[in-house]
Amino acid sequence: MSDLEVQVGLAAQAGQPDRAAQSGRRRRFGVAETAAAVLALFLLASAVVPQLLAPGDPLGIDPLSAFQPPSGAHGFGTDESGRDIYTRVVHGTQYSLLIGAAATAIGLGLGIVLGTLAGMLGRVVDFTVNRVLEVLFAFPGLLLALLFILIFGPGVATATIAVGLSTAPGYARIIRAQLISVRSAAFVEAATVLGRTRWQILLRHILPNTLAPLFVLATLGIGQAIVWAATLSYLGLGAEPPTAEWGAMLSAGRTYITSAWWMSFFPGLFIVLTAVTATVLGRSIDRRMRHA
Amino acid sequence: MPVLRLLRRVLARLGGAVFVLWAVASVTFFAVRLIPGDPAQAVLGGPGSQASPEALGAVNAEYGFDQPVIVQYFAQLGRLATGDLGRSYALNQDVGSLMLSQLGGTLLLAVLALALAWLLALALATWSTQSGRIASRVGSALEIVAAALPHFWLATSLIVVFSIWLGVLPPISTGGALGLVLPVLTLAIPLAGFLGQIMRESLLRALESPFVLSARARGESESGVRWIHALRHASLPAISLSGWAFGSLISGAVVVETIFARPGLGRTLLNAVTLRDVPVVIGVVMIVAVAYILMTLLTDAVSRLVDPRLRLS
Amino acid sequence: MSEADTSAARRNGDTSRSERAAALSVRNLRVGFGAAAPVVRGVSFDIAPGECLAIVGESGSGKSVTARSLLGLAGANARVSADRLELGGHSVLGLTEPAWQARRGKDVGLVLQDALVSLDPLRPIGREIADSLRLHTGLGASARAERVLELLDAVGLPDPELQVQKLSGQLSGGERQRALIAAAIALSPPLLIADEPTTALDVTVQAQILALLEQITGAGTAVLLISHDLAVVSRIAHRVAVLHDGVLVETGRTERVLGWPEQEQTRRMVAAIPADKPRGTRLSEADTPNIPDTAIDSVRKTPADNTIVLEAIGLSKSFRHPDGTRQLAVDTVSFALPRGSTLGIVGESGSGKTTTARLLLALLTPEHGEVRVFGQPWSTAREKTRRALRPGVGAIYQDALGSFDPRWSVAEILSDALSLGRQRRTPQTTARLATLLDEVGLAATVLLRRPLELSGGQRQRVGIARALAGKPQILICDEPVSSLDVTVQAQVLDLLDDVQRERGLSLVFISHDLGVVAHVSDQIAVMRAGRIVELGPALRVFAEPQHPYSAQLLAAVPRLSA
Repeated sequence: MSDLEVQVGLAAQAGQPDRAAQSGRRRRFGVAETAAAVLALFLLASAVVPQLLAPGDPLGIDPLSAFQPPSGAHGFGTDESGRDIYTRVVHGTQYSLLIGAAATAIGLGLGIVLGTLAGMLGRVVDFTVNRVLEVLFAFPGLLLALLFILIFGPGVATATIAVGLSTAPGYARIIRAQLISVRSAAFVEAATVLGRTRWQILLRHILPNTLAPLFVLATLGIGQAIVWAATLSYLGLGAEPPTAEWGAMLSAGRTYITSAWWMSFFPGLFIVLTAVTATVLGRSIDRRMRHA
Repeated sequence: MPVLRLLRRVLARLGGAVFVLWAVASVTFFAVRLIPGDPAQAVLGGPGSQASPEALGAVNAEYGFDQPVIVQYFAQLGRLATGDLGRSYALNQDVGSLMLSQLGGTLLLAVLALALAWLLALALATWSTQSGRIASRVGSALEIVAAALPHFWLATSLIVVFSIWLGVLPPISTGGALGLVLPVLTLAIPLAGFLGQIMRESLLRALESPFVLSARARGESESGVRWIHALRHASLPAISLSGWAFGSLISGAVVVETIFARPGLGRTLLNAVTLRDVPVVIGVVMIVAVAYILMTLLTDAVSRLVDPRLRLS
Repeated sequence: MSEADTSAARRNGDTSRSERAAALSVRNLRVGFGAAAPVVRGVSFDIAPGECLAIVGESGSGKSVTARSLLGLAGANARVSADRLELGGHSVLGLTEPAWQARRGKDVGLVLQDALVSLDPLRPIGREIADSLRLHTGLGASARAERVLELLDAVGLPDPELQVQKLSGQLSGGERQRALIAAAIALSPPLLIADEPTTALDVTVQAQILALLEQITGAGTAVLLISHDLAVVSRIAHRVAVLHDGVLVETGRTERVLGWPEQEQTRRMVAAIPADKPRGTRLSEADTPNIPDTAIDSVRKTPADNTIVLEAIGLSKSFRHPDGTRQLAVDTVSFALPRGSTLGIVGESGSGKTTTARLLLALLTPEHGEVRVFGQPWSTAREKTRRALRPGVGAIYQDALGSFDPRWSVAEILSDALSLGRQRRTPQTTARLATLLDEVGLAATVLLRRPLELSGGQRQRVGIARALAGKPQILICDEPVSSLDVTVQAQVLDLLDDVQRERGLSLVFISHDLGVVAHVSDQIAVMRAGRIVELGPALRVFAEPQHPYSAQLLAAVPRLSA
């Protein structure tokens, strides 16, 4: 079991039809979903046009106003060099989202390859891939990522790949399971009875129904990937200060934890908000896709 | 033949475990071959150490680096099979005894955190399923946020609040029981978020199921329905998640032990990765793999205890 | 006194029932949820001790909600009101939850559908049954255990000592249902409410459970039977109340309601029961006018030429269990289907019906034997060759919803089946879709909807439309009406009959329901444990079954006793 499988399982059970019907399907867009959508827009804007939301320079130092607590002038306070935390957090969004997206792309890509191989190419391949996944699961959590960093050294690129690699087994297992359940679905048999060829069935039924949930997977996964990448940066194995990456900012703030809590608090808050947004949106999309 | 079937099951399980351990050992062995640079150099303190050719030669001979890879591989497997994990490059200490000295702290942390997470999740799930709609919403929101909390941020926030502002708990583990509170909370809260969501959903499903209706129709009280029927069903999916929970605790331990300066496998692993201390990394990986396998077996056993249907097939 | 009354009195052995206090008395019961309109709207009835009253209604009629309200279990957000609600002469209106708990199980028992989920799957059945005793009596553990054994014996479970330790999953459907009944009658409550107690059971088991309930009634317990199936309840109910849209439209003695239904809804339900209705009789009051029987007969007789369109020759297929043993699911099955006729295959669960269907559709390859279609090799041919013949063989499935790609709309499903290209919208496509929908009695408005948004009957009509799209000559129908309400089932059966006549189709009709099979078939094959134990003309098998198992099945078929 991987983080992702847990997330997906939770999304699936939260979207149970009876549950959804009970809580009133007319309430098409709830409070949580609206808040998550607004947050997602804000985060996207921060990533694409950070200057618009925070016109300052994220790296511009101003030693005279170092260690200022949150105030009117510096909403989130300043760090040891007088850099504005709010500006840095907003500008850091692009790093975190990009790293998260890249890691998710790597994990998902590998997962699709492994999962499809296992689900499509017969019993021997399935058995082999399954054993490989089983072994990879014996490196729980961060372990695989740390092993990768041990070999290729720390840095943003390796941390991203490391997170991608360590999420791949989870994606692979979900995709394999999805593929197998779709392949044996009654509608696939019905298509055979209608005289459709294997290729037609694969292209029209099996692939669309297997790949449709991938968007949900990616949404749920990106939140997790951002947290993990930030963890590696925090541990000094990913992005390094003074880069305005959230994990790296927290890592820098650790030294001043007794005097300047805001240096750690606000970057972390953004990580949490991003992860919650991804979870809520992922589940909402999942529910909509199931009952559209 | 139940005895024969049991024997076959145990053998299959044992075979699977041995296979996974062998594969983990092989993967790590060949993976560390990919590390650029001379391993002997690494033993002697990395490229900066300016070791003499004689010293390098001696290390090569001592560690067997001059042998063909395949010979080294089997030698390594042989050593692992006898429980010999080698010597640390950086600490010049036997890895096996290092692991033993670090294992206890991590285990204590993990067990306490797992227990607390279960308690929190159970409390949250029962409260939010019997106190009306708003409680259910609040419970659900709390769980989603808790599950999204990164360990490192939670740990720093807890330190700020309880150590710096309130000054009631030590910011680093000094040994006593009080020093355990914040690390355990840090590990338990996110896990409780995940477990709580699973338990609440399965509790709700159990409470709506026909067998609960049957029990109510017999005159069973609300608490009877929960304790005799629903909670048992609700705990099943959470139990089967414990293998995953263990992995998440190990990842968390890396962060938490570093922040709270606690001795343990997590901090040892992080230091070893930073210093590229290959034998120690392999040692931790092997220990974690063994622990993971044991955890899976334990999860299985507990599941069978709670769900008698599993004992039948 | 009318004839019906006398017979009821004879059965009951008590003419003065109404004089005694009713076991349950309900006046103007109304139940609603939240702000929505009430789902039960003014229901009134009485049940006397020793009487069995059946409330019959289709899905959504409010019958289960009614049953639950009588136990105070309608749910936290339910609004229940009544002018009178008396259990054994005591009003239970506005009872507090603890007061209800003291009565449930003691004054009233509840038996639900499908004991696999209605008994806690994690606890031995003995514990479940003992719970009622634990809650309401001061009996010690050993006394309880003894009483549980007596109860299991009373409900006819053999070897009670062995069964008490078992989980509900280890018992057969009938055994489980007996255990559930034992739990409900543990304290001999004066009133027993049974909500669909025999649904999902095989007919022979269903008959046994009904007999048990009849025996309980005979012992003086008032039984409220809730069911969707008029024919099932008519076997044991003294009186029948028909619930439609939250209102009791008709209440009366069983013989009277079934024999001379007064209300429209009742008439429809009675007419929809297929058993004992000759081949070709219409079951539903659809928009098409009733064709006189003679006309049907003449149409019936014409298409029966002797060309064999589908032939099964000694089919066998086995499956491997997880523990390695093999089980023969289909064992040397042979039959021939003449053009324009219907072969009905009937059998209980696990008899190999569905495997046979899959063999006929070449979704499975037989280990022995062969299927031939239009005289050509079918099961032995390669899929590539077979594909050319596939349009000639259509299929209709029990789970219509599962047989449609969840991502496709009805328009996409049907234009794909017509091989018109799924997305193209030309006037010609639209016209062909409209014709197809018209043939299965659906409006063009369903085209843009997805199957998930349709009702069960509509889904099955779309399924039939899809099967017809390829202009097949053979239709394999695997339990096509099993999950439908009786009146909807009647409409679908009539539709199948219509398209068969208009298109001259040959049908293989598979069902667990001998009543349905007898109604639609020219020939009947009775399957048991993978074998055809009897094969013959429908009328002959129905009238004088040769094999003892066929006779047993036939005896268990719910039919109108009136």
